[in-house]
Amino acid sequence: MEINGVHIDETFAEAFPMKGTRALITAQNLEWAYHSARAMTGFATSVIACGCEAGIERELSPEETPDGRPGVSVLFFAMGGKALAKQVETRAGQCVLTSPTSALFAGIEEGKPVPLGKNLRFFGDGFQISKKIGGKRYWRVPVMDGEFLTEEFTYQVGAVGGGNFLILAESQPQALAACEAAVAAMKQVPNVIMPFPGGVVRSGSKVGSKYKALNASTNDAFCPTLKGVTKSQLSPEIESVMEIVIDGLTEEDIRRAMRAGIEAACALGAKNGIRRISAGNYGGKLGPFHFHLREIMA
Amino acid sequence: MLTLTLKAEPKQRVDLSPLSGAPHLTVAEIAALKVWSGKKTLRMDELFQIEGEDTSRWVIRNANAKLDCIGKDGEDLDITVEGDAGAYLGMGLRSGRIRVTGNADLFAGCEMRGGLIQIDGNAGDFLGAALPGNKRGMRGGIVLVKGNAGDRLGDEMRRGIILVEGDAGDYCASRMIAGTVAVMGSTGRYLGYGLKRGTVLLWQQPAEMLPTFGDCGAHTLAYLPLWFASLSDLDSRFAASESVFKRVRRYGGDLAAVGRGEILIRSAGA
Repeated sequence: MEINGVHIDETFAEAFPMKGTRALITAQNLEWAYHSARAMTGFATSVIACGCEAGIERELSPEETPDGRPGVSVLFFAMGGKALAKQVETRAGQCVLTSPTSALFAGIEEGKPVPLGKNLRFFGDGFQISKKIGGKRYWRVPVMDGEFLTEEFTYQVGAVGGGNFLILAESQPQALAACEAAVAAMKQVPNVIMPFPGGVVRSGSKVGSKYKALNASTNDAFCPTLKGVTKSQLSPEIESVMEIVIDGLTEEDIRRAMRAGIEAACALGAKNGIRRISAGNYGGKLGPFHFHLREIMA
Repeated sequence: MLTLTLKAEPKQRVDLSPLSGAPHLTVAEIAALKVWSGKKTLRMDELFQIEGEDTSRWVIRNANAKLDCIGKDGEDLDITVEGDAGAYLGMGLRSGRIRVTGNADLFAGCEMRGGLIQIDGNAGDFLGAALPGNKRGMRGGIVLVKGNAGDRLGDEMRRGIILVEGDAGDYCASRMIAGTVAVMGSTGRYLGYGLKRGTVLLWQQPAEMLPTFGDCGAHTLAYLPLWFASLSDLDSRFAASESVFKRVRRYGGDLAAVGRGEILIRSAGA
């Protein structure tokens, strides 16, 4: 299969079940909502060492937020419900409670509860005030800039993590330009995040390592500088490979995001040095979700 | 819909609490229900002319203030009272709605747990309060009064919302444990006496403030728009957009009690 001169490999991305949740952060203006959201979703690129994968899903207009102020929605993904709850609560406490003018609300209304203000309220030292509004409990915690308003819980759902595709290009700037175009297109798709910096990973990994202490190491088959010394999957003209990893609330969300991203990358085409689209998998034995590139792009 | 038309004004007060099970009864069973009136018991069909088949919704016509305990401890009720209601209207109500087109007497909504009570006229004393000797008043649901409310509104109220479009009497929100009381009109003396926690929301500056409330200054509170939004379905001035504000002057107290409560007064121009 070729799109605009870009070869689509006959392979698939392999993804895993995760637990996911959404929170809404509002503030006096969008800038301060972003300050809080970026802090809350910082250092959350991979569950391997970050505890969760998180990112900003989209901006919210005042009409879309519970308190009528501008805001952003953020998504969190972890391997289990307990890990997710711990990460969300810790990050809410350190990054939203602390952020001037912020308020924090649930972004998912059904499922198992994930505490937002349930325990953060104790920061109020007895001066915190509970308000049950429309069947939901909110906490008003007195803070130095006024009051921190937070919903007691958000809710978790089953989710999918680790959807991905690789962009193989003739040069590093060309690979990055294609990734930027792909991420911009994928950000228009709801219910997904690309958790790595700018949505792009340059250090894709394989399972295992020659070092016993590590359980993942560089994906040498896709490292262009190793083309001549390892069992490479790269042809001579490929000089740079970058990966986009996608976490989504459902399989269908990831499929939509992959399609949008691959379409945007292929739009640049072979004339801009984009040569191949591939995907990362572990032979299909580890993750139950398989995203076949050619099926998605058919 | 089941229509219960009062045939004549009863000589004694009537305790209509057995009627709260009506949604689960047949029309014949409702007609045969016995209710206390003074020291006598009367069959429902002696008091009311009963028409209709659907027992899930009922209208009490020609009602007057001698009909006590309408909807007491009821679940999933849908009652319209055309006229006045007596004491203990919706006492202990669990869910559903009760609307009174006239006035309600003492202890309306007392110890209620959920649902909506709307009183188009005035409400008597102890609206949403606890019965004498009990320690928990209203603990859920919404009471809306379009007219005025009497004294001791929300006394020992534990949770829920009381909305008064008119004035409230003395000791408004006295000994309140939690919840929200909102009054658009004036309030009487001893506002928030013994207030433990909870919120009293006022549109007008009270004539006098207890010295055991501390002025915490003017603030913009983010929760207020959410709170107002939750009232948007009500047939009330509280649902109108011009009633919404978030700029308030906050008084904390009652410092002679637990002192975690608040009186929020709409700031001028807010």
